[in-house]
This record gives sequence, C-alpha cells and structure tokens, in this order.
Amino acid sequence: MIAPVYAVLLIPFVAALVLALVTNYRWGAAINIVACGLTFAAGASLLFVDRVRTDVVLIDDFNIYLVTLTTFIGFTTSIFSASYIGHELETGRLTPTFLRFYHALYQAMMGAMNLALVANNIGVLWVGVEVATLSTVMMVGIYRTTAAVEAAWKYFILGSVGIALAFFGTILVYLVAQEVLGQGLPAMAWDLLLRDAARFDPRLLSLAFVFLLVGYGTKVGLAPFHAWLPDAHAEGPTPISAVLSGLLLNVALYALLRFKMLLAANPETLDVGRIMIALGLISLVFAAFMLYRRRDIKRLFAYSSIEHMGVITFAFGIGGPLANFAGLLHMTMHSLTKSAIFFAVGHVAQVKGTQRMADIRGLSVSHPALAVGLALGVIAIAGLPPFGVFTSEFLLISSTLSRQPLLALILVFGLLVAFGALLLRLQQVIFGEPIGPVGRVKASYVPLFLHIGFVLAAGLWLPEPMVRWFKIVAAQLG
Amino acid sequence: MSLFTDIGHLLAAGMMILSFLLLYQDRITATLNVFAAQAIVLGLAVAWQAELQDAPHLFVTAAIALVVKGGIIPMALHRIVRRLEIHREIEQVIGGGPVMLVGLGLVALSIMLVFPVAGGVDSLAREDLAFALAVILLGLLMMITRRNAVTQVIGFMSLENGLVLAATGAKGMPLVVEFSVAFSILIAFIVFGVFVFRIRERFDTVDVGALDRFRGDRGD
Repeated sequence: MIAPVYAVLLIPFVAALVLALVTNYRWGAAINIVACGLTFAAGASLLFVDRVRTDVVLIDDFNIYLVTLTTFIGFTTSIFSASYIGHELETGRLTPTFLRFYHALYQAMMGAMNLALVANNIGVLWVGVEVATLSTVMMVGIYRTTAAVEAAWKYFILGSVGIALAFFGTILVYLVAQEVLGQGLPAMAWDLLLRDAARFDPRLLSLAFVFLLVGYGTKVGLAPFHAWLPDAHAEGPTPISAVLSGLLLNVALYALLRFKMLLAANPETLDVGRIMIALGLISLVFAAFMLYRRRDIKRLFAYSSIEHMGVITFAFGIGGPLANFAGLLHMTMHSLTKSAIFFAVGHVAQVKGTQRMADIRGLSVSHPALAVGLALGVIAIAGLPPFGVFTSEFLLISSTLSRQPLLALILVFGLLVAFGALLLRLQQVIFGEPIGPVGRVKASYVPLFLHIGFVLAAGLWLPEPMVRWFKIVAAQLG
Repeated sequence: MSLFTDIGHLLAAGMMILSFLLLYQDRITATLNVFAAQAIVLGLAVAWQAELQDAPHLFVTAAIALVVKGGIIPMALHRIVRRLEIHREIEQVIGGGPVMLVGLGLVALSIMLVFPVAGGVDSLAREDLAFALAVILLGLLMMITRRNAVTQVIGFMSLENGLVLAATGAKGMPLVVEFSVAFSILIAFIVFGVFVFRIRERFDTVDVGALDRFRGDRGD
C-alpha cells in the first residue's frame, strides 16, 4: 500500500501511459474516469492520514485542501468529458486517434498539477507547472482549426516565456538560500526556506519575486500578461477550458503565494503587496469592461476568469488575516463555480452547434435543465448571495474598506461592471424565443449540479477544518 | 584564480555577443548556425563551471548543451527548414538598428539589476548571473521582433541557453534542475516541431503573421 501523497502522483502517470495505448475511445473515457476517481480517493484520503514531510513532497495546511479540490474537479470534469467527447466524435471534430492523445494528456496534466501542489522543492514545483502547461497546450490545439492552432501557439509562446522567467526567479531564490542553508537540496526545500527566510538577503529575494510574479503571473492570466487565456479557453475542448480555469490558474497562483510567504517572513523585503494590488485591480477592471464586447460564450467566461484571478490577487496584495482568508476562499469558490459553468456551456455549445451568443437564445424553453444550471452558475459567479462567491467577495470588500477605502471603491466598481455584463448576457441567452437546434442533449448533469451545490453549501456554512486551514495559511501569507 | 574567473567571464560574454548576432540575422540558416555556435559556447562555459566548482555532474549538462543543442537540434531544424522550402527566404527583421539599441539597454538593465543586489554572492556567480539575464532578455527581444515560427523557436531556445548558464552559475544547484531544463528543451522541441508542421499544413507558410488573420471574436 503506497501513501496517498505518492498515489496522487503515480495513478495519473500510470494511467497516462495506459491510455496512450488504448485505441477504443469508450474504454479510454472509462479508464480516464476510473483513474481520476482513484486519484480523487487518494487525494481525499490525505485528509485522514498523517501529514507527510520529505525532501521532495510536503503536505501542509495550504496544499492539503488544494490537492483534494484539484483531484475532485479533475474527477468531475472527466465525467463531463466522457459525455462531451462522444458528441465531438459524432460531429467529426475529433478522431479516435486524437482522443487517445487527449486522454493520455489529460492524465499527464492532472499528475503534473498534483506534483506542483505536493512538491516540497521549488524546482519540482516548477517542473510540475511546466509539464501541466505543455500538456494543455497540446490539448488546446487538438481541433487543428486555424483558430485552435493560433490559440495553442500563442499560449505556448507566452506560457514558455512566463515559465522561463519563473525559472530564473527560482534560481535567484536558490542563490539567496544557499548562503544560509548551504548548497544542495535543502536550499530548495519549502519548509526550510520558510523557516530561515528571515535570514535571507532581502534585496536579492525581492528581485527574485519580481521574476516569479511576472513568470507565474502569466500563467495566472493577470493583465497585461493575459493574452493567451481567452483564446486557449475558447478554441480548445470545453473540458480543458474547465480545468484550465478551475485548476491550472489556481496552481500557478499557489506557486506565487508560496514565494510570497517567504517575503512575508522577511520584514526587510520589498512590499510586494502593492504590485499585486495593482496587477489585480488592472485585471479586474480591464476584464470587467471586456466582458461587454464578447460575442463568443466561452470567451465571455474566460474573461470572467481573468476578472476573478484579479480579485484573488488583489486580496492577497491587501494581505492581513481577513483579506487572505477571503482570497483563499475565493480561489476555491471560483474553481468550483467556473468549472460548473463550463460544463453547462460545453453542452449548450454542442446542442446549438455554435459558441456565438447571438445564435443561442431561449434556452429556458428548449433546454430547461441546462438553462437552470447555467443561470445558477452565472448568478453564483456574479457574486450574488447565498452562494460562496458572495461570502468571499463580501469579506474582501469589508476588509479593504476598513484599511484602504479608496481601493475598495475601485474593487466594488469593477465587480459591479462585471456583474452587469454577466447578467445582461445571461438573460439574452436564457430568455426569448428559442433559435437554432432544439434537439435533446445527452448531458451529464451530476457534475454541474454537484459543483453548484457545494458553492451554495459553502455560502451557507463552511466546515470547521477548512476555516482552521484557511486561518493558518492566511497568517503565514502576511 | 583570476585567470579561471576570466575565462568564465569570457565564455559568458561570448554567449551574450552571439545573442546580439542572433538579433539581426535575416536568413533562417544563418540564424540556426549562430544558435548552434551559442549552444557550443554554452557547453564550454558549463564545462568550465564544472571544472571550477569541482562538480562532475555539470559535465553532463555541458555534454547535453554541446551535443543536443549545438548539434542535433540545429541539424534537425535545418532539415525541417529545407523540407518546408523556406531556407532561401529572407525574413524582414523589424528595425535592425533600434533593436540593437534596445538590446544594449537590456544588457545595461541586467547589470544594473543584478550587481547591486547580488553583493553577497561571489564575483564569478554575480557576473555570470548578469550575463545570463542579458542572454535571457535578448532571447525575449528576439522572440518579439520575429514573425517566422522557426526563428521564434530559436529565440526561445537561446533564452533557455541563458537559463542554463544561470542555473550552472548557481553553486551546487541540485541535479534535478539541470535535467529538468534539458528535458524541457526536448519537450519544447517536440511541441514546436508538431506546431511548425501544423502551421505549414494549414497556411502554406510558417510566417506567424498569417495567424493574425484570425482575430479571435473581433469583427463579425
């Protein structure tokens, strides 16, 4: 019996190898679901076993819930994916050969994200983010249309530049650490870095963080490094849009936050909070206005992801126990909600045969269940009570208001602008006379409503252990 | 000791100068050759570091740089370029003169960034770091100014050369990282290869400018 922390790494990579050999797509989809289910079981069992700490892996209050969340959304998305790809095969957009790669890459991406999350080594963390990115690049380009190739190319170029800068930042952190911790592996281990961060050279550490911020910030999709994000979301298969928004952005942000902890532990470093506040607000306001000009439904929600990543970055930039708590909660809520929205949008786009919002109308008449799912998701992401997103945004606004009232004003303004755009688009798509195909859809509603159920539940009541973890991590984030 | 560090500096500075050469090459084959030369200098620089730091595992990194990046990848790219029949094409390099000036500015920037803050690090590592950052930034600049898919790839690999230089300059950085860098280059190459062929297949050109015809959801 292997420890769960290794199981969340092993299962996906073994499954990726197996799936690369399976030619029948039904079997492939089934194996994909089973592997994701097992990974989720392993991830969830982390909550019940002793914490692990070695030179390579580490489970602490910060990543324990993120691993569970990532494996959970990976699992639900694999269920959605199974119903989604069947339709893509029928319409001929994908061939069985490509599906083999698709499933193998899906597992490789899940394994790489888990690796990044559980790594106790800044080098391994970097490898995890890099491999996850490369596998999503391949999947974004899988339709091989002009648009898909352009999206994948853009994503690849910007992603690689980002990851290269992040690597330079990683080297700088090692250089700082080896003066205190000595050469070799200890100078790259998270827990040791955090323990001794106060003794590091503050200037070099600050410089390192700037590189890490731009590098991992590109992956997070912060404006002005966001250019890849809308294209990658719109042109790839929808299950990939769901995991990109729901998981990969989070993992990149997680990497950034780990490094922010180091700076928080060293009082003489640059006040990076201000840079994060600026980047966050720019992303939020920019994306909020861009929402109005979108014609493509997947692009709309991609910009909404930029907006929410902006909100989260802003929260961590403000700092302090309450804003950090709000940021952590918002990360979780956004993942669950946004992936649910993409599940609904994927089915809508399939049944209507288009992603253009002008050609989608009257969903509440033609497909009531999908319409309800989509509406609940959009209402949740727009920040209306009683959903969890409201809780986190409310916490953030109130904590900002007490400390930086002017910034709170901009924050509220951005949120309201986005709110308006989302509700406007929602009512256009949901109401009116149905146009376009009204055929039945073989949708998997369970993942969709499960996610929304969780977001609703979190808006009403947060489990005690989760609150405890968030509080501990919020304190470390400074 | 000073002679040893001087040779180290010489090699690192050589890489930087080759980065400048890369900036204004307008023939794809010439660009490939300059890249191969840079990779070979990188191999020598890393081997020198291995000798200085008494770190034999760095010789592996040096060998990878020499053989893979100095030999196999440029050769394969030469073949691809010939097969795509773009080896005679002359690429419009955007504003050769201004780009060189911007490049000079980037070098000054990297020295000014690294020198004051890396005071505690010993001088070889510090200057290597400045050179490495310059190579990275010049690689970025090259990627921005090129429109051809293959030369953008070369810009990216030149950028990775800078990363390897920085990583080996950091004393005792665990082997895991060097391997990962080599590995990532390999993956990058495969991915790029796939893309180059797809782009070729779809548009009959490897000019990335052709991709701009598709402008997301703008227009109708």
